[in-house]
Amino acid sequence: MPDSRTEPLTINMGPQHPATHGVLRLLLDLEGEVIVGTRPIIGYLHTGFEKEMENRTYHQNIVFPARIEYLATFIEEMAYVTAVEKLLGITPPPRAQVARIILAELSRIASHLVWLGSSAIDVNVSSGFMYCLQDREQILDILEMASGQRMMHGYFRIGGLHRDLPEGFEARVRRLAEGLAARVDEYDSLLTDNLIWRRRLEGVAVLTPQAALAYGCTGPILRGSGVNYDVRKAFPYGGYEQFEFDVPLGKNGDAFDRYIIRLEEMRQSRRIILQALDRLPGGPVIVDDRKIALPPRGELVRGMEAVIHQFKLVSEGLHPPVGEVYAAVESPRGEKGYYLVSDGSNRPARVRVRAATFNNLQALPAMVYRGFIADVVVAIASLDVVLGDVDR
Amino acid sequence: MVALLRERLPDLDLEVTEFRGEVTAIVPAGRAFDALLALRGAPDWTPVLTDLTAIDRFPAEPRFEVVYLLTGYAPPVRLRVKARLPGDAPVIASVTGLWSGANWLEREAYDMFGIRFEGHPGLTRILMPDDWEGHPLRKDFPLTEEPVQFNGHTPKVPSAIIPKSPPRR
Repeated sequence: MPDSRTEPLTINMGPQHPATHGVLRLLLDLEGEVIVGTRPIIGYLHTGFEKEMENRTYHQNIVFPARIEYLATFIEEMAYVTAVEKLLGITPPPRAQVARIILAELSRIASHLVWLGSSAIDVNVSSGFMYCLQDREQILDILEMASGQRMMHGYFRIGGLHRDLPEGFEARVRRLAEGLAARVDEYDSLLTDNLIWRRRLEGVAVLTPQAALAYGCTGPILRGSGVNYDVRKAFPYGGYEQFEFDVPLGKNGDAFDRYIIRLEEMRQSRRIILQALDRLPGGPVIVDDRKIALPPRGELVRGMEAVIHQFKLVSEGLHPPVGEVYAAVESPRGEKGYYLVSDGSNRPARVRVRAATFNNLQALPAMVYRGFIADVVVAIASLDVVLGDVDR
Repeated sequence: MVALLRERLPDLDLEVTEFRGEVTAIVPAGRAFDALLALRGAPDWTPVLTDLTAIDRFPAEPRFEVVYLLTGYAPPVRLRVKARLPGDAPVIASVTGLWSGANWLEREAYDMFGIRFEGHPGLTRILMPDDWEGHPLRKDFPLTEEPVQFNGHTPKVPSAIIPKSPPRR
Protein backbone atom coordinates (compact mmCIF):
# COMPACT_ATOMS: atom_id res chain seq x y z
CA MET A 1 0.00 0.00 0.00
CA PRO A 2 1.76 3.16 -1.10
CA ASP A 3 1.70 6.39 0.85
CA SER A 4 -0.50 5.46 3.81
CA ARG A 5 -1.40 8.24 6.21
CA THR A 6 -2.86 8.20 9.68
CA GLU A 7 -5.04 10.78 11.29
CA PRO A 8 -6.86 10.80 14.63
CA LEU A 9 -10.32 9.29 14.65
CA THR A 10 -12.90 11.31 16.54
CA ILE A 11 -15.70 9.43 18.22
CA ASN A 12 -18.60 10.49 20.41
CA MET A 13 -19.22 8.98 23.79
CA GLY A 14 -22.60 10.01 25.11
CA PRO A 15 -24.63 12.20 25.67
CA GLN A 16 -26.61 9.17 26.78
CA HIS A 17 -24.21 6.41 27.64
CA PRO A 18 -24.42 4.05 30.60
CA ALA A 19 -20.90 5.01 31.62
CA THR A 20 -21.32 8.78 31.48
CA HIS A 21 -23.58 8.74 34.56
CA GLY A 22 -26.03 11.25 33.15
CA VAL A 23 -26.08 13.56 30.16
CA LEU A 24 -22.41 14.06 29.43
CA ARG A 25 -20.96 13.98 25.97
CA LEU A 26 -17.31 13.25 25.38
CA LEU A 27 -15.53 13.82 22.10
CA LEU A 28 -12.61 11.42 22.05
CA ASP A 29 -9.73 11.73 19.60
CA LEU A 30 -8.21 8.31 19.05
CA GLU A 31 -4.93 7.33 17.56
CA GLY A 32 -5.46 3.65 17.05
CA GLU A 33 -6.76 2.61 20.43
CA VAL A 34 -5.05 5.37 22.35
CA ILE A 35 -6.82 8.54 23.40
CA VAL A 36 -4.96 11.68 22.45
CA GLY A 37 -7.67 14.23 23.13
CA THR A 38 -10.84 14.52 25.19
CA ARG A 39 -13.36 17.31 25.00
CA PRO A 40 -16.15 17.02 27.57
CA ILE A 41 -19.33 18.80 26.46
CA ILE A 42 -21.69 19.71 29.26
CA GLY A 43 -24.77 21.83 29.70
CA TYR A 44 -27.44 19.37 28.57
CA LEU A 45 -29.04 19.47 31.98
CA HIS A 46 -28.62 23.17 32.68
CA THR A 47 -31.60 24.11 34.81
CA GLY A 48 -30.73 27.65 35.82
CA PHE A 49 -30.95 27.09 39.56
CA GLU A 50 -28.80 30.13 40.29
CA LYS A 51 -31.25 32.37 38.46
CA GLU A 52 -34.20 30.71 40.17
CA MET A 53 -32.65 31.23 43.57
CA GLU A 54 -32.03 34.90 42.87
CA ASN A 55 -35.75 35.34 42.29
CA ARG A 56 -37.03 33.72 45.47
CA THR A 57 -36.81 34.49 49.15
CA TYR A 58 -34.17 32.93 51.35
CA HIS A 59 -36.65 30.50 52.90
CA GLN A 60 -38.08 29.39 49.59
CA ASN A 61 -34.61 28.57 48.27
CA ILE A 62 -34.23 25.67 50.69
CA VAL A 63 -35.89 23.38 48.15
CA PHE A 64 -33.23 23.91 45.48
CA PRO A 65 -29.93 22.58 46.90
CA ALA A 66 -31.15 18.98 47.14
CA ARG A 67 -32.27 19.13 43.54
CA ILE A 68 -28.96 20.50 42.27
CA GLU A 69 -27.03 17.53 43.61
CA TYR A 70 -29.46 14.77 44.22
CA LEU A 71 -27.29 12.08 45.78
CA ALA A 72 -26.02 13.78 48.93
CA THR A 73 -29.11 15.81 49.63
CA PHE A 74 -28.65 16.69 53.29
CA ILE A 75 -25.10 17.87 52.71
CA GLU A 76 -26.37 20.21 50.01
CA GLU A 77 -29.07 21.60 52.25
CA MET A 78 -26.48 22.09 54.95
CA ALA A 79 -24.31 24.09 52.54
CA TYR A 80 -27.06 26.54 51.69
CA VAL A 81 -28.43 26.86 55.20
CA THR A 82 -24.94 27.40 56.63
CA ALA A 83 -24.33 30.17 54.11
CA VAL A 84 -27.53 32.01 55.02
CA GLU A 85 -26.79 31.59 58.72
CA LYS A 86 -23.34 33.06 58.17
CA LEU A 87 -24.92 35.97 56.33
CA LEU A 88 -27.32 36.57 59.21
CA GLY A 89 -24.66 35.95 61.84
CA ILE A 90 -26.62 33.34 63.78
CA THR A 91 -25.80 29.89 65.14
CA PRO A 92 -28.37 27.09 65.35
CA PRO A 93 -28.98 25.41 68.74
CA PRO A 94 -26.65 22.52 69.68
CA ARG A 95 -29.25 19.80 69.13
CA ALA A 96 -29.88 21.01 65.59
CA GLN A 97 -26.16 21.09 64.85
CA VAL A 98 -25.52 17.55 65.99
CA ALA A 99 -28.64 16.26 64.24
CA ARG A 100 -27.47 17.95 61.04
CA ILE A 101 -24.11 16.23 61.28
CA ILE A 102 -25.76 12.81 61.73
CA LEU A 103 -28.00 13.36 58.71
CA ALA A 104 -25.20 14.81 56.58
CA GLU A 105 -22.88 11.89 57.29
CA LEU A 106 -25.67 9.43 56.53
CA SER A 107 -26.08 11.24 53.22
CA ARG A 108 -22.39 10.92 52.56
CA ILE A 109 -22.49 7.17 53.10
CA ALA A 110 -25.59 6.89 50.87
CA SER A 111 -23.85 8.88 48.13
CA HIS A 112 -20.67 6.83 48.33
CA LEU A 113 -22.76 3.67 48.13
CA VAL A 114 -24.31 4.85 44.87
CA TRP A 115 -20.84 5.66 43.61
CA LEU A 116 -19.49 2.26 44.63
CA GLY A 117 -22.41 0.44 43.09
CA SER A 118 -22.42 2.35 39.83
CA SER A 119 -18.68 2.22 39.34
CA ALA A 120 -18.77 -1.48 40.10
CA ILE A 121 -21.34 -1.89 37.35
CA ASP A 122 -19.04 0.07 34.99
CA VAL A 123 -16.36 -2.53 35.67
CA ASN A 124 -18.92 -5.34 35.30
CA VAL A 125 -19.41 -6.24 38.95
CA SER A 126 -23.18 -6.03 38.66
CA SER A 127 -23.96 -7.80 41.92
CA GLY A 128 -22.11 -5.02 43.77
CA PHE A 129 -24.68 -2.55 42.50
CA MET A 130 -27.51 -4.55 44.04
CA TYR A 131 -25.80 -4.85 47.40
CA CYS A 132 -24.97 -1.15 47.53
CA LEU A 133 -28.44 0.05 46.62
CA GLN A 134 -29.90 -2.32 49.18
CA ASP A 135 -27.80 -0.68 51.87
CA ARG A 136 -28.60 2.78 50.56
CA GLU A 137 -32.31 1.98 50.85
CA GLN A 138 -31.87 1.45 54.57
CA ILE A 139 -30.23 4.86 54.89
CA LEU A 140 -32.93 6.51 52.82
CA ASP A 141 -35.51 4.94 55.15
CA ILE A 142 -33.88 6.74 58.05
CA LEU A 143 -33.68 10.02 56.15
CA GLU A 144 -37.34 9.62 55.31
CA MET A 145 -38.13 8.91 58.94
CA ALA A 146 -36.62 12.26 59.92
CA SER A 147 -37.81 14.46 57.09
CA GLY A 148 -40.77 12.72 55.48
CA GLN A 149 -39.05 12.63 52.09
CA ARG A 150 -36.63 10.15 50.64
CA MET A 151 -34.53 12.55 48.59
CA MET A 152 -35.83 16.13 48.32
CA HIS A 153 -36.03 16.62 52.04
CA GLY A 154 -36.35 20.34 52.74
CA TYR A 155 -35.84 19.49 56.41
CA PHE A 156 -33.13 21.97 57.35
CA ARG A 157 -34.28 25.46 58.13
CA ILE A 158 -32.41 28.72 58.41
CA GLY A 159 -31.42 28.61 62.07
CA GLY A 160 -32.11 24.95 62.76
CA LEU A 161 -34.38 22.13 61.71
CA HIS A 162 -37.98 21.96 60.58
CA ARG A 163 -38.96 19.86 63.59
CA ASP A 164 -37.37 17.61 66.15
CA LEU A 165 -35.99 14.19 65.26
CA PRO A 166 -38.69 11.51 65.53
CA GLU A 167 -38.91 9.02 68.36
CA GLY A 168 -36.79 5.93 67.87
CA PHE A 169 -34.45 7.76 65.48
CA GLU A 170 -31.34 7.26 67.57
CA ALA A 171 -31.91 3.56 68.07
CA ARG A 172 -32.47 3.08 64.38
CA VAL A 173 -29.33 4.95 63.34
CA ARG A 174 -27.35 2.93 65.88
CA ARG A 175 -28.70 -0.30 64.47
CA LEU A 176 -27.76 0.79 60.95
CA ALA A 177 -24.27 1.89 62.01
CA GLU A 178 -23.67 -1.50 63.62
CA GLY A 179 -24.51 -3.38 60.47
CA LEU A 180 -22.67 -0.94 58.26
CA ALA A 181 -19.20 -1.75 59.50
CA ALA A 182 -19.56 -5.36 58.45
CA ARG A 183 -21.03 -4.35 55.09
CA VAL A 184 -18.14 -2.00 54.27
CA ASP A 185 -15.68 -4.74 55.22
CA GLU A 186 -17.57 -7.05 52.92
CA TYR A 187 -17.26 -4.62 49.99
CA ASP A 188 -13.62 -4.25 50.87
CA SER A 189 -12.97 -7.97 50.68
CA LEU A 190 -15.23 -8.37 47.65
CA LEU A 191 -13.44 -5.77 45.55
CA THR A 192 -10.02 -4.99 46.99
CA ASP A 193 -8.90 -8.61 46.71
CA ASN A 194 -10.48 -8.97 43.30
CA LEU A 195 -7.80 -9.24 40.64
CA ILE A 196 -9.98 -7.92 37.81
CA TRP A 197 -11.00 -4.91 39.90
CA ARG A 198 -7.40 -4.12 40.73
CA ARG A 199 -6.16 -4.50 37.16
CA ARG A 200 -8.88 -2.19 35.90
CA LEU A 201 -8.29 0.48 38.51
CA GLU A 202 -4.62 0.47 39.44
CA GLY A 203 -2.53 2.97 37.53
CA VAL A 204 -5.57 4.16 35.55
CA ALA A 205 -6.77 7.78 35.34
CA VAL A 206 -3.74 9.12 37.16
CA LEU A 207 -3.83 12.74 38.23
CA THR A 208 -0.71 14.37 39.64
CA PRO A 209 -1.09 16.61 42.68
CA GLN A 210 0.08 19.61 40.62
CA ALA A 211 -2.60 19.02 37.99
CA ALA A 212 -5.26 18.41 40.63
CA LEU A 213 -4.43 21.75 42.28
CA ALA A 214 -4.27 23.62 38.98
CA TYR A 215 -7.72 22.38 38.01
CA GLY A 216 -9.13 23.19 41.43
CA CYS A 217 -10.14 19.59 42.11
CA THR A 218 -11.38 18.84 45.61
CA GLY A 219 -12.68 15.90 47.57
CA PRO A 220 -11.52 12.33 47.02
CA ILE A 221 -9.96 13.36 43.67
CA LEU A 222 -7.57 15.79 45.35
CA ARG A 223 -6.99 13.55 48.36
CA GLY A 224 -6.34 10.61 46.06
CA SER A 225 -3.43 12.61 44.66
CA GLY A 226 -2.09 13.03 48.17
CA VAL A 227 -3.10 16.62 48.97
CA ASN A 228 -4.50 16.88 52.45
CA TYR A 229 -7.50 19.16 52.14
CA ASP A 230 -10.86 18.46 53.71
CA VAL A 231 -13.21 21.40 54.27
CA ARG A 232 -14.37 19.80 57.52
CA LYS A 233 -10.81 20.05 58.87
CA ALA A 234 -9.54 23.18 57.11
CA PHE A 235 -12.57 25.45 57.57
CA PRO A 236 -14.74 23.68 60.18
CA TYR A 237 -18.45 24.40 59.99
CA GLY A 238 -21.50 23.24 61.90
CA GLY A 239 -19.50 21.91 64.84
CA TYR A 240 -17.27 19.46 62.94
CA GLU A 241 -14.26 20.67 64.92
CA GLN A 242 -15.60 18.77 67.97
CA PHE A 243 -15.51 15.40 66.23
CA GLU A 244 -12.66 13.00 65.83
CA PHE A 245 -12.11 11.56 62.40
CA ASP A 246 -9.25 10.93 60.00
CA VAL A 247 -8.81 12.19 56.47
CA PRO A 248 -7.63 9.32 54.28
CA LEU A 249 -4.98 10.19 51.68
CA GLY A 250 -3.80 8.44 48.56
CA LYS A 251 -0.34 8.25 47.03
CA ASN A 252 -0.61 7.44 43.35
CA GLY A 253 -3.62 9.56 42.39
CA ASP A 254 -5.15 6.70 40.40
CA ALA A 255 -8.68 5.33 40.38
CA PHE A 256 -7.76 2.65 42.90
CA ASP A 257 -6.62 5.22 45.46
CA ARG A 258 -9.89 7.08 45.08
CA TYR A 259 -11.77 3.86 45.65
CA ILE A 260 -9.81 3.13 48.82
CA ILE A 261 -10.35 6.69 50.05
CA ARG A 262 -14.11 6.55 49.58
CA LEU A 263 -14.32 3.21 51.38
CA GLU A 264 -12.36 4.68 54.25
CA GLU A 265 -14.55 7.81 54.24
CA MET A 266 -17.59 5.61 54.77
CA ARG A 267 -15.93 4.15 57.85
CA GLN A 268 -15.00 7.63 59.09
CA SER A 269 -18.56 8.86 58.55
CA ARG A 270 -19.81 5.97 60.63
CA ARG A 271 -17.34 6.98 63.32
CA ILE A 272 -18.67 10.55 63.30
CA ILE A 273 -22.26 9.33 63.45
CA LEU A 274 -21.55 7.16 66.50
CA GLN A 275 -19.83 10.07 68.25
CA ALA A 276 -22.71 12.37 67.40
CA LEU A 277 -25.28 9.91 68.73
CA ASP A 278 -23.42 9.75 72.03
CA ARG A 279 -23.48 13.49 72.48
CA LEU A 280 -26.86 14.40 70.97
CA PRO A 281 -28.08 17.06 73.42
CA GLY A 282 -31.66 17.95 74.24
CA GLY A 283 -33.29 21.32 73.78
CA PRO A 284 -34.79 23.28 70.94
CA VAL A 285 -33.96 22.58 67.31
CA ILE A 286 -34.42 26.05 65.85
CA VAL A 287 -33.37 29.54 66.92
CA ASP A 288 -35.80 31.47 69.05
CA ASP A 289 -35.98 34.51 66.78
CA ARG A 290 -39.33 35.34 65.23
CA LYS A 291 -37.68 37.42 62.51
CA ILE A 292 -35.83 34.35 61.21
CA ALA A 293 -37.72 31.19 62.16
CA LEU A 294 -41.45 30.57 62.02
CA PRO A 295 -43.18 30.70 65.41
CA PRO A 296 -44.18 27.35 66.92
CA ARG A 297 -47.56 26.04 65.90
CA GLY A 298 -49.02 26.34 69.41
CA GLU A 299 -48.25 30.02 69.61
CA LEU A 300 -50.25 30.80 66.48
CA VAL A 301 -53.58 30.03 68.11
CA ARG A 302 -52.75 32.05 71.22
CA GLY A 303 -51.27 35.31 70.11
CA MET A 304 -51.75 37.84 67.35
CA GLU A 305 -48.06 38.67 67.35
CA ALA A 306 -47.12 35.15 66.27
CA VAL A 307 -49.63 35.33 63.42
CA ILE A 308 -48.13 38.59 62.20
CA HIS A 309 -44.61 37.17 62.33
CA GLN A 310 -45.72 34.05 60.49
CA PHE A 311 -47.43 36.16 57.81
CA LYS A 312 -44.46 38.45 57.33
CA LEU A 313 -41.98 35.58 57.14
CA VAL A 314 -44.04 33.58 54.65
CA SER A 315 -45.07 36.45 52.40
CA GLU A 316 -41.96 38.60 52.54
CA GLY A 317 -39.18 36.56 54.08
CA LEU A 318 -36.20 37.86 55.95
CA HIS A 319 -33.89 40.78 55.28
CA PRO A 320 -30.21 39.97 55.81
CA PRO A 321 -27.72 42.82 56.12
CA VAL A 322 -25.85 44.06 53.05
CA GLY A 323 -22.81 41.92 52.47
CA GLU A 324 -21.53 38.74 50.94
CA VAL A 325 -20.46 35.41 52.34
CA TYR A 326 -19.02 32.18 51.06
CA ALA A 327 -19.76 29.04 53.01
CA ALA A 328 -18.47 25.68 51.90
CA VAL A 329 -19.07 22.14 53.07
CA GLU A 330 -17.29 18.90 52.27
CA SER A 331 -19.66 17.07 49.99
CA PRO A 332 -18.88 13.50 48.84
CA ARG A 333 -17.52 15.08 45.65
CA GLY A 334 -15.48 17.83 47.22
CA GLU A 335 -15.89 21.43 48.22
CA LYS A 336 -19.48 22.55 47.71
CA GLY A 337 -19.82 26.24 48.39
CA TYR A 338 -22.58 28.79 48.36
CA TYR A 339 -21.58 32.36 47.66
CA LEU A 340 -24.43 34.66 48.64
CA VAL A 341 -24.54 38.36 47.93
CA SER A 342 -27.20 40.30 49.79
CA ASP A 343 -28.27 43.80 48.86
CA GLY A 344 -30.44 44.07 51.96
CA SER A 345 -33.71 43.08 50.32
CA ASN A 346 -35.70 39.88 50.79
CA ARG A 347 -34.12 38.10 47.83
CA PRO A 348 -30.44 37.33 47.33
CA ALA A 349 -28.76 39.56 44.75
CA ARG A 350 -26.49 36.74 43.67
CA VAL A 351 -26.40 33.05 44.48
CA ARG A 352 -23.36 31.27 43.21
CA VAL A 353 -23.10 27.52 43.60
CA ARG A 354 -19.50 26.41 43.61
CA ALA A 355 -19.87 22.85 42.41
CA ALA A 356 -17.12 20.36 43.10
CA THR A 357 -17.88 18.12 40.12
CA PHE A 358 -17.58 21.02 37.67
CA ASN A 359 -13.92 21.49 38.53
CA ASN A 360 -13.24 17.78 38.90
CA LEU A 361 -14.66 17.00 35.48
CA GLN A 362 -12.34 19.57 33.95
CA ALA A 363 -9.42 17.35 34.88
CA LEU A 364 -10.81 14.39 32.90
CA PRO A 365 -8.79 15.10 29.71
CA ALA A 366 -5.60 15.13 31.76
CA MET A 367 -6.59 11.86 33.44
CA VAL A 368 -7.35 9.81 30.37
CA TYR A 369 -4.61 11.17 28.10
CA ARG A 370 -2.91 8.20 26.37
CA GLY A 371 -5.36 5.76 27.91
CA PHE A 372 -7.97 3.50 26.35
CA ILE A 373 -11.72 3.92 26.04
CA ALA A 374 -12.18 1.37 28.80
CA ASP A 375 -10.08 3.67 30.98
CA VAL A 376 -12.43 6.57 30.25
CA VAL A 377 -15.20 4.50 31.77
CA VAL A 378 -13.12 3.90 34.87
CA ALA A 379 -12.05 7.56 35.01
CA ILE A 380 -15.62 8.84 34.91
CA ALA A 381 -16.64 6.30 37.50
CA SER A 382 -13.79 7.33 39.78
CA LEU A 383 -14.68 11.01 39.36
CA ASP A 384 -18.16 10.28 40.72
CA VAL A 385 -19.86 12.81 38.46
CA VAL A 386 -23.33 14.08 39.18
CA LEU A 387 -24.40 16.03 36.14
CA GLY A 388 -26.92 18.04 38.12
CA ASP A 389 -23.96 19.34 40.06
CA VAL A 390 -21.98 20.14 36.91
CA ASP A 391 -24.72 21.96 35.02
CA ARG A 392 -26.67 23.39 37.95
CA MET B 1 -2.29 38.20 52.21
CA VAL B 2 -3.51 41.72 51.70
CA ALA B 3 -0.29 42.96 53.27
CA LEU B 4 1.65 40.92 50.75
CA LEU B 5 -0.34 42.44 47.93
CA ARG B 6 0.43 45.93 49.24
CA GLU B 7 4.10 45.07 49.53
CA ARG B 8 4.46 43.60 46.04
CA LEU B 9 2.36 46.16 44.20
CA PRO B 10 2.75 49.40 46.14
CA ASP B 11 1.12 51.48 43.39
CA LEU B 12 -2.02 49.29 43.31
CA ASP B 13 -5.27 51.09 44.04
CA LEU B 14 -6.54 48.61 46.62
CA GLU B 15 -9.78 48.63 48.57
CA VAL B 16 -10.19 46.09 51.36
CA THR B 17 -13.49 45.18 53.04
CA GLU B 18 -14.28 42.65 55.72
CA PHE B 19 -17.66 41.08 56.44
CA ARG B 20 -18.30 38.12 58.77
CA GLY B 21 -14.59 37.48 58.92
CA GLU B 22 -14.17 37.21 55.16
CA VAL B 23 -11.67 39.53 53.50
CA THR B 24 -12.38 40.97 50.07
CA ALA B 25 -9.74 42.88 48.11
CA ILE B 26 -11.14 45.06 45.35
CA VAL B 27 -8.60 45.84 42.64
CA PRO B 28 -8.89 47.87 39.42
CA ALA B 29 -9.92 45.68 36.47
CA GLY B 30 -6.79 46.51 34.50
CA ARG B 31 -4.55 45.33 37.31
CA ALA B 32 -6.49 42.21 38.33
CA PHE B 33 -4.12 39.86 36.51
CA ASP B 34 -1.06 41.46 38.10
CA ALA B 35 -2.63 41.24 41.54
CA LEU B 36 -3.52 37.56 41.09
CA LEU B 37 -0.06 36.84 39.72
CA ALA B 38 1.52 38.51 42.75
CA LEU B 39 -0.74 36.52 45.09
CA ARG B 40 -0.01 33.25 43.32
CA GLY B 41 3.71 33.73 43.67
CA ALA B 42 3.55 34.19 47.42
CA PRO B 43 6.34 32.14 49.03
CA ASP B 44 4.43 30.48 51.87
CA TRP B 45 1.02 30.43 50.19
CA THR B 46 0.22 28.68 46.94
CA PRO B 47 -3.41 29.53 46.40
CA VAL B 48 -5.84 27.51 44.34
CA LEU B 49 -8.50 29.22 42.27
CA THR B 50 -11.51 27.72 44.00
CA ASP B 51 -14.10 29.76 42.21
CA LEU B 52 -14.49 32.44 39.60
CA THR B 53 -17.81 34.13 39.07
CA ALA B 54 -19.43 37.48 38.45
CA ILE B 55 -22.08 39.67 40.02
CA ASP B 56 -24.46 41.87 38.06
CA ARG B 57 -25.25 45.11 39.89
CA PHE B 58 -27.72 46.33 37.28
CA PRO B 59 -28.68 49.19 37.00
CA ALA B 60 -25.72 50.50 39.03
CA GLU B 61 -22.52 51.46 37.28
CA PRO B 62 -19.87 49.94 37.15
CA ARG B 63 -22.24 47.13 36.53
CA PHE B 64 -20.25 43.89 36.76
CA GLU B 65 -17.98 42.52 39.43
CA VAL B 66 -15.70 39.61 38.62
CA VAL B 67 -14.99 37.60 41.75
CA TYR B 68 -11.97 35.34 42.25
CA LEU B 69 -12.04 33.11 45.29
CA LEU B 70 -8.56 31.95 46.26
CA THR B 71 -7.88 29.23 48.81
CA GLY B 72 -4.53 28.42 50.34
CA TYR B 73 -4.41 24.89 51.72
CA ALA B 74 -1.56 25.01 54.23
CA PRO B 75 -2.37 26.95 56.33
CA PRO B 76 -6.03 27.20 55.28
CA VAL B 77 -6.79 30.77 54.18
CA ARG B 78 -9.43 32.17 51.90
CA LEU B 79 -9.23 35.46 50.06
CA ARG B 80 -11.66 37.02 47.68
CA VAL B 81 -10.42 39.32 44.93
CA LYS B 82 -12.87 41.46 43.01
CA ALA B 83 -12.61 43.65 39.95
CA ARG B 84 -15.32 46.03 38.76
CA LEU B 85 -16.23 46.26 35.08
CA PRO B 86 -18.39 48.69 33.13
CA GLY B 87 -21.77 47.64 31.74
CA ASP B 88 -20.96 48.08 28.06
CA ALA B 89 -18.35 45.72 26.64
CA PRO B 90 -16.94 44.27 29.88
CA VAL B 91 -13.45 42.86 29.26
CA ILE B 92 -10.89 41.50 31.71
CA ALA B 93 -7.63 39.57 31.33
CA SER B 94 -7.92 35.81 31.47
CA VAL B 95 -6.19 33.90 34.27
CA THR B 96 -6.08 30.57 32.45
CA GLY B 97 -2.30 30.97 32.34
CA LEU B 98 -2.18 30.98 36.14
CA TRP B 99 -4.64 28.17 36.84
CA SER B 100 -5.79 25.75 34.12
CA GLY B 101 -9.01 25.32 36.07
CA ALA B 102 -9.98 28.89 35.18
CA ASN B 103 -10.78 27.72 31.65
CA TRP B 104 -14.30 26.42 32.27
CA LEU B 105 -15.02 28.95 35.00
CA GLU B 106 -14.29 31.84 32.64
CA ARG B 107 -16.33 30.23 29.89
CA GLU B 108 -19.20 29.97 32.35
CA ALA B 109 -18.91 33.63 33.34
CA TYR B 110 -18.82 34.57 29.67
CA ASP B 111 -21.85 32.40 28.95
CA MET B 112 -23.91 33.65 31.87
CA PHE B 113 -22.88 37.32 32.01
CA GLY B 114 -21.28 38.15 28.68
CA ILE B 115 -17.98 39.17 30.22
CA ARG B 116 -15.11 38.68 27.79
CA PHE B 117 -11.83 37.24 29.05
CA GLU B 118 -8.93 38.46 26.97
CA GLY B 119 -6.40 35.75 26.20
CA HIS B 120 -8.71 32.82 26.88
CA PRO B 121 -7.85 29.88 24.58
CA GLY B 122 -11.42 29.18 23.49
CA LEU B 123 -14.05 31.50 24.84
CA THR B 124 -17.29 29.75 23.83
CA ARG B 125 -20.56 29.03 25.56
CA ILE B 126 -20.42 26.13 27.96
CA LEU B 127 -23.81 25.67 29.60
CA MET B 128 -26.20 27.26 27.10
CA PRO B 129 -26.63 26.18 23.47
CA ASP B 130 -24.24 27.85 21.02
CA ASP B 131 -27.02 29.80 19.30
CA TRP B 132 -28.55 31.13 22.51
CA GLU B 133 -29.23 34.86 22.54
CA GLY B 134 -28.43 36.91 25.61
CA HIS B 135 -26.76 36.04 28.89
CA PRO B 136 -29.17 34.44 31.36
CA LEU B 137 -27.72 35.54 34.68
CA ARG B 138 -27.83 39.23 33.79
CA LYS B 139 -30.45 41.01 35.83
CA ASP B 140 -32.20 42.40 32.74
CA PHE B 141 -32.65 38.87 31.37
CA PRO B 142 -36.11 37.98 32.67
CA LEU B 143 -36.96 34.74 34.44
CA THR B 144 -39.91 33.36 32.53
CA GLU B 145 -41.74 30.11 32.33
CA GLU B 146 -41.51 28.17 29.11
CA PRO B 147 -44.89 28.16 27.34
CA VAL B 148 -46.57 24.77 27.67
CA GLN B 149 -48.30 23.23 24.65
CA PHE B 150 -51.79 23.39 26.16
CA ASN B 151 -54.70 25.57 25.14
CA GLY B 152 -55.62 28.35 27.49
CA HIS B 153 -52.36 28.30 29.42
CA THR B 154 -50.82 31.68 30.00
CA PRO B 155 -47.19 31.61 31.06
CA LYS B 156 -46.50 33.43 34.27
CA VAL B 157 -43.47 35.41 35.24
CA PRO B 158 -42.16 33.73 38.38
CA SER B 159 -40.13 36.76 39.39
CA ALA B 160 -43.29 38.82 39.60
CA ILE B 161 -44.87 36.54 42.20
CA ILE B 162 -42.62 37.57 45.05
CA PRO B 163 -42.17 41.31 45.02
CA LYS B 164 -38.66 42.38 45.86
CA SER B 165 -38.92 44.42 49.00
CA PRO B 166 -36.59 47.38 49.49
CA PRO B 167 -33.69 46.90 51.90
CA ARG B 168 -34.40 47.71 55.53
CA ARG B 169 -31.96 50.10 57.10
